[in-house]
Amino acid sequence: MVHVSATPVLALRGVSKRFGAVQALTDVDLEVHAGEVVALVGDNGAGKSTLVKTIAGVHPIDEGVIEWEGEAVSINKPHDAQGFGIATVYQDLALCDNLDVVANLYLGSEIKRAGVIDEVAMEARSRELLSTLSIRIPSVRIPIASLSGGQRQVVAIARALIGDPKLVILDEPTAALGVEQTAQVLDLVERLRQRGLAVILISHNMVDVKAVADKVAVLRLGRNNGVFDVKSTSQEEIISAITGATDNAVTRRQARRTEDAK
Amino acid sequence: MSDTSKTVKKDAVAAVEDASSAAVPVVDPRLLVREEGFKGYLTEFKRKVRGGELGALPVVIGLIIIWSIFQTQSSEFLSAGNLSNIGFFLAATGMLAIGLNFVLLLGEIDLSVGSVSGLASAIFAIFVTNHGMNPWLALILTVLTGIVIGALHGWFFAKIGVPAFIVTLAGLLGWNGLMLQLLGDSGSLSIPDEGPLHILGQRSFFMDQDIAGAYLLAGLGTAAMLAGSLIDQRRRRAAGVPFRPTSEIALRVGALAVVSFVAAYVLNQAFGVPNALVIFLAALVIVDFVLRRTSYGRKVFAVGGGIEAARRAGINVALVRISVFAISGAFAAIGGLFFAAQTYTATLGAGTGDVLMLAIAAAVIGGTSLFGGRGSVWSALLGMLVIQSIRTGLDLLNMNTALQYMITAGVLLAAVIIDSVSRRSQKAAGRG
Repeated sequence: MVHVSATPVLALRGVSKRFGAVQALTDVDLEVHAGEVVALVGDNGAGKSTLVKTIAGVHPIDEGVIEWEGEAVSINKPHDAQGFGIATVYQDLALCDNLDVVANLYLGSEIKRAGVIDEVAMEARSRELLSTLSIRIPSVRIPIASLSGGQRQVVAIARALIGDPKLVILDEPTAALGVEQTAQVLDLVERLRQRGLAVILISHNMVDVKAVADKVAVLRLGRNNGVFDVKSTSQEEIISAITGATDNAVTRRQARRTEDAK
Repeated sequence: MSDTSKTVKKDAVAAVEDASSAAVPVVDPRLLVREEGFKGYLTEFKRKVRGGELGALPVVIGLIIIWSIFQTQSSEFLSAGNLSNIGFFLAATGMLAIGLNFVLLLGEIDLSVGSVSGLASAIFAIFVTNHGMNPWLALILTVLTGIVIGALHGWFFAKIGVPAFIVTLAGLLGWNGLMLQLLGDSGSLSIPDEGPLHILGQRSFFMDQDIAGAYLLAGLGTAAMLAGSLIDQRRRRAAGVPFRPTSEIALRVGALAVVSFVAAYVLNQAFGVPNALVIFLAALVIVDFVLRRTSYGRKVFAVGGGIEAARRAGINVALVRISVFAISGAFAAIGGLFFAAQTYTATLGAGTGDVLMLAIAAAVIGGTSLFGGRGSVWSALLGMLVIQSIRTGLDLLNMNTALQYMITAGVLLAAVIIDSVSRRSQKAAGRG
């Protein structure tokens, strides 16, 4: 476990967000420290995506305070979030299929020498970045179209790191991946933590959450429903927090199965 | 990572090795490394063709076929005079094709380039002949008109959301109408053979028909490529990233040297290099540099490859789209001046007929995809070589316009079929 700083990199205090008649978030608190992976879980419609979008600057918050490294800030545009050092990897990766890995990593922030794109420097730095993250890609000069889903995911995450962010938000990074690719992405998340980055991981997959997260923040119907330490909490407790009851479909099924076993 | 168990096993072993050696860059076992030497080139070439990366191959084959057919029909065809003609006449439509190339890279189409070129020649003629304006000033105003017209198309497309096809279809009709309106009373206007139009005309050659001129151009081109390749190789070697082996550089530079010096020799048998062709080649070099080595060019490719990705990367998609259509308008206007210089007149028929189709055909035949994000501006040169060879050849054989249209249509269709099929096999080979 890496040292966790006292002041959180990002803290949300009493954040609320409305869309018309829908109260999407009510009084939500969340803290993320450097070198910490916080999993954000909840059922569909619990407000996970909305919360992430408020942090990323897509939706400005209505009430509450966002603190960045201890100071209250306002995030109104995606550009503001990027300025602070918040990088978001959305579920649809949005990479350019026709461009190669290097061009995608540096898209929009190309390294230039006298106004001309410095391909050599970009390629050297890309290789360095990918190798420090132990990302294995056949070549950095092949178009994204020829990469597998898992490779695209790691390229998208690596792309988020180009601007040296302090907080990385990953929206369902393992949702569409196979067993091995999932493991690679989880490895990558751990490496981000080792580099001292704060990570917010949205996932539906409890196994992934248990595997890499330090803390689990549960959202239910737009409200906090507990923050758990992963090591000392069982999967069942987290699930009951997500569903809001100890008596739910998952526990009933488990009870039935243990009875059947007897 | 891979579907076959064999490669997975290999990969797992490699991963263990990688973990133990703590991220030492190892060549990935799945990457097909090219073998050394000539055999390596051959196997890679075969693999690329099978994967649908045809590059310039169909064009070169097509050109050889076309030239041999016409040469057997008319011994005039491969004469220096005729080849010089091809070189001169391909420049005008080639300019239109350069502008279209930008639009095609976005995956859009600009149907108005022909009409805009006709309008530009009319405006230039009116400025110079009717108002006695300085031809250089008239040139600048004409090109500005092209830029404004293109930007207007782009604005309707990017900001209002009208499909580019419809906007430029309206442009095709509208700008042609405006040209007819402007030339209405006089019919056609003759333009004096001076200033920019003289340079673009048939009697103007690089360094005044001096034999050294053609060789100088060929030498400059070859030397620039050699120097660029060697500098790039040195920088890459210093930075520790893969670089082209010297043998490959020698091969490529050698190929360019052979082609350019043979072309120079042949053109010198006639009068030298027409200035129109020199300007066209210079425009190609500049535009190629802009597209491949500046962030603007990268933005064009990004918008053509994935709009959402481009937007998230902070690229102003609307601005890129408007600017691309403005560039297309500018090149259409310049092309219009090239057309005007062929006869020193602005005619009512300028920019109509098959001009638009030929420009699109040239870009597509040269290998720029209609689906966006893929292609190079050199396709304008390759495609125009094919198109102009066909036109000149058919002229030599005294074929009528009806046949010319049908044959050109067939060539365009063939090019688009090759594009679609190669795109499909590229998808299958994971390179779409």
